[in-house]
Amino acid sequence: MEDTAQTDNPTPATAEASAEAAPTISVVGAHPEITPDGDSDQLKITLGEFEGPLDLLLYLIRQEQVNIYDIPIARITDEYLRYLNLMQELDLTVAGDFLVMAAQLIEMKSRMLLPRDPLAEAEEVLDPRADLVNRLLEHEKFKAASQMLWSRATVEQAVFTRAEIETDSNNPEVAVGLFDLLRVFQEILSRHKEEVMLEIEREEITMAEMIERLRNMVRSVGELNLVTFFERAGSRRGLVVAFLSVLELVRMSEISLVQRETFGEIIARATNPA
Amino acid sequence: MSKAAKAMDVEELFQPDDGAIEGHREIGDTELKAIAEALIFVADEPISPKSIADVLKLDRDAVETALTDLAGEYEARNGGLQLREIAGGWQIATRAEHHEQIRAYLKSRPSAKLSLASLETLAVIAYKQPVTVPEILEIRGVQSPSAIKTLLDKRLIVAKGRKETVGRPMMYGTSKEFLIQFGLKDLSELPSIEDFQDLAGGES
Repeated sequence: MEDTAQTDNPTPATAEASAEAAPTISVVGAHPEITPDGDSDQLKITLGEFEGPLDLLLYLIRQEQVNIYDIPIARITDEYLRYLNLMQELDLTVAGDFLVMAAQLIEMKSRMLLPRDPLAEAEEVLDPRADLVNRLLEHEKFKAASQMLWSRATVEQAVFTRAEIETDSNNPEVAVGLFDLLRVFQEILSRHKEEVMLEIEREEITMAEMIERLRNMVRSVGELNLVTFFERAGSRRGLVVAFLSVLELVRMSEISLVQRETFGEIIARATNPA
Repeated sequence: MSKAAKAMDVEELFQPDDGAIEGHREIGDTELKAIAEALIFVADEPISPKSIADVLKLDRDAVETALTDLAGEYEARNGGLQLREIAGGWQIATRAEHHEQIRAYLKSRPSAKLSLASLETLAVIAYKQPVTVPEILEIRGVQSPSAIKTLLDKRLIVAKGRKETVGRPMMYGTSKEFLIQFGLKDLSELPSIEDFQDLAGGES
């Protein structure tokens, strides 16, 4: 059984088996059976995989080789119940849908046994099986359709398109050039020029302090917009020191600079987040 | 020579007879095909004739004719690539027959297939869309909540609004990704569901 699940050209059922089944369970459309699995202590459970009661009914009808338009309800109902019993014996949880179908089958069987009401109108003496037959036929069509989809997908998986091209959209980490950095710096400088300067006290900040500040800011927020950093620098001299400290940390590979789009804002990011 | 005249010279230099794309200039068939091919190559998903026509400022018919021609050339060459129509666009892809060697190179295996339950649910949605969960249950005869979730996760189906009925259930339909993964130009390329009647009935 497990061999069939590994052939190169599986049917949908066996494809699913290879993808999902545990090694002890193999799925084929056959009678349920329990067999010892080779030398190991494990038992192998083989049972038909039925996607619900309609699937099981269809299988039984095909198995018994009866005409789907004239289902011998008594025989099929017996088979159906026998199967449900087997599932319970195997301690499988029988889904509610299966039990609902069992009830419907039994009801149908008893209605078939009753003599027809001779006084009933023509439309009332409809075959009680008609609805079920329609559902079965509809279900079977969709089973065939899903097989078609399966084979289409298989063919499609053998067709490859080119690998992704690196573009701005799928790789935002475009290296920031020196000129981008200078441009950001220029922007800040010119913004400062426009402001009325009311500088009274000379603020002193050393290179080492500035580097420490940048390091801390990047570390605390993870990603630091350089515009924010430069804006906090204050004086013109502070800006120069700030700019130099960015260059210094990049040189020491402590931070990396990232620009998400051309002419976009430059983000500083710690190289080793740890 | 005046500055203006010089500039004109330069422009001419860079615009040989069938050179750059200009709205008012005629593009030869060969060039149209070449550009269309280049665009299809760089597009990361099937590119529609309309998108190509917009770039070239040409009408769609001319582009479609060129694409059909181009596909014919690929076919005639019988090489490793095919130019094919899929999901409302065009795509350059390898031919299925070379999949073994390609997989060997890419060291890839066919990815996990959909389960039978998911496939059946997908088939119902593809043919009955827009369709609600209760309607799917009616046809499949079994609940399919996990199948719906899988299909949504794989972006094969999308929600298509709610049905104006009791409980306003969500309706589902297939996505563009569905067309791509199943190699379909559009939904009309799916075989008619009635065609499966014989197939289903003929089996015993």
